[in-house]
Amino acid sequence: MSAGSRKSKSATFLLVHAMLLVVSVVVVVPLLYLVVSAFKTEQGFLEYLFLPKGEGFLGVAWDELTLRQLQRLFTSEIGIGRALANSIFLSATTAVLGTLICAAAGYAAAALRFRGRKSFEWLVLAALIIPPPLLIAPSYQWLHTLGLLDSYTGLILPAIAPAFGVYLFRQATLQSVPRSIIEAARIDGAGDFQIFAVIALPMLRPMVGAFIIITFLAMWNNFIGPQIVLQSAEKQPLSVVIYQTQTAYYSDYGLLMAGTLVSVLPVMILFLVLQRDFISGLASGAVKG
Amino acid sequence: MRSRVNFAPYLLIAPFLVLFVVFTLVPLIQAIPLATSHTFGPSATQYVGFEKFSQALHDPRFWTAMRNTLLFTAGSVLIQLPIALGLALLLNKPGIKGRGFFRLLFFSPQLVGLVFVAVLASVMFQKQKGLVNTLLASGADWLRGLPVIHANSWLPSRSELLGIPWLETLALPTLIITALWMYAGFNMVYFLAALQNVPRELEEAAMIDGAGPWKRFVHVILPAIRPVAIFVVLLSVIGSIQVFELAYIMLRDGVGVQDKGLTLVTYLFKSGFETGDLGYATAIGWMIAIMLASAAITQRFLQRREMTA
Repeated sequence: MSAGSRKSKSATFLLVHAMLLVVSVVVVVPLLYLVVSAFKTEQGFLEYLFLPKGEGFLGVAWDELTLRQLQRLFTSEIGIGRALANSIFLSATTAVLGTLICAAAGYAAAALRFRGRKSFEWLVLAALIIPPPLLIAPSYQWLHTLGLLDSYTGLILPAIAPAFGVYLFRQATLQSVPRSIIEAARIDGAGDFQIFAVIALPMLRPMVGAFIIITFLAMWNNFIGPQIVLQSAEKQPLSVVIYQTQTAYYSDYGLLMAGTLVSVLPVMILFLVLQRDFISGLASGAVKG
Repeated sequence: MRSRVNFAPYLLIAPFLVLFVVFTLVPLIQAIPLATSHTFGPSATQYVGFEKFSQALHDPRFWTAMRNTLLFTAGSVLIQLPIALGLALLLNKPGIKGRGFFRLLFFSPQLVGLVFVAVLASVMFQKQKGLVNTLLASGADWLRGLPVIHANSWLPSRSELLGIPWLETLALPTLIITALWMYAGFNMVYFLAALQNVPRELEEAAMIDGAGPWKRFVHVILPAIRPVAIFVVLLSVIGSIQVFELAYIMLRDGVGVQDKGLTLVTYLFKSGFETGDLGYATAIGWMIAIMLASAAITQRFLQRREMTA
């Protein structure tokens, strides 16, 4: 290989990395802005974009930053502490129940023989194309009839049986739980529940991790649901409370950014813990699906 | 042995089946009578036939919402997906340092969640003190400082840039940019997974045959990732047609100045829960359903052609 081509190769290499860095900056700047803005005073918001210049460490006037916005969030009538607890409860419950229900149904559809299995698979596939916006108004009316409005039951029950979850777990079972292992366990005398819980679930781990994140995030970011189902202020999750804060404290940017930061951090942490599973689960679903 | 029925499979699918029937199937069936009703509160209804549908077809706000939604969808697909694919191609180059890190980083805006991205964006796109306009103004100042550009007057002035009305007049472009920031990395993950399944030898063979980068992309890579690309386009179209939270939270009154950011789902939501016309909301829901179904059918058609080709 000639020296010229090697040179052009390393030039491409530099160019590619430079482009990746530029994109990284575009991705990171808003996130960084969110974090630093949460610690600014109202005055600071008008005076500087990111951090105040000063004499402190790294040339930043750290003492001009404040925890006051966070404090206001928790102590004022916004009551973000309760909203945070509500969101954690709603999302964790939905994630655990939804994952168990979908994994069980998906596993049964893929690995077990029973009368009506074909119709069940057909139903799941048909359900994938039901458009969510169509159900908004009738669901509200139906939950009213059932007396489930303004209750967590009315918010959680419709969220823990998504058909695409059954489909994902059916695919994952076909892919990563060999039939021979199921047969072997059956010969050893294990029942179907035992095989599902002890043998299949651990083998489905990447999908379990991915689906926990998907369902947790879906409920955490669910806005229409609580907006329609819940009425009492003290039952609202973060998504609605932050929206209401934005409406009520329109130009109180520091407070808004602090509230957003508090809302986003738990999800980021959960994701970092489970991200390896998530990406592999997502990627396998995309390519094989 | 054979005659004994094994109940285990039924018990495993039962929780899903019961919840699905009660909370998805029943509302789906109710969407038929509800779309042909006028409601008085959630419980009292009166049959009005297809009145709600003809009301929509004669409602200028409905058509504004339709137009905005389609423009947003076109903008999202035509701008965002090429960028997502471009990023995936960059990351798929051999010898990239920190591929996993970049993938995670580009994906991370997705984790912030729609509601919170909307609140963040609504602060960033403010006039005067917003981050976007301030950075644009500083950028222009820097350019003016360069000797070459110094004399040129075409560069907008500082006050012009600080006054760009993103959330007012430019509602749709603002929504498209925000969605781009949030979803480009998400779609990139799909493209990257597809690219990593393309055998390197394929591209190398084409290179030896003298195909340049563009030729290799069009004739080797694009055909190889076509199924995933069609799938990503479909997901993107389906998601964009249902755009709601970004617009509703970022824009004034949820619709922006003069309905410039009114979307179909926003209009559905407002009709059902602010005006209290559940019948009209459901009729709009059916219209959205028809649009989503056409998108899915088009995808089916494209993929079938793929198999026969």
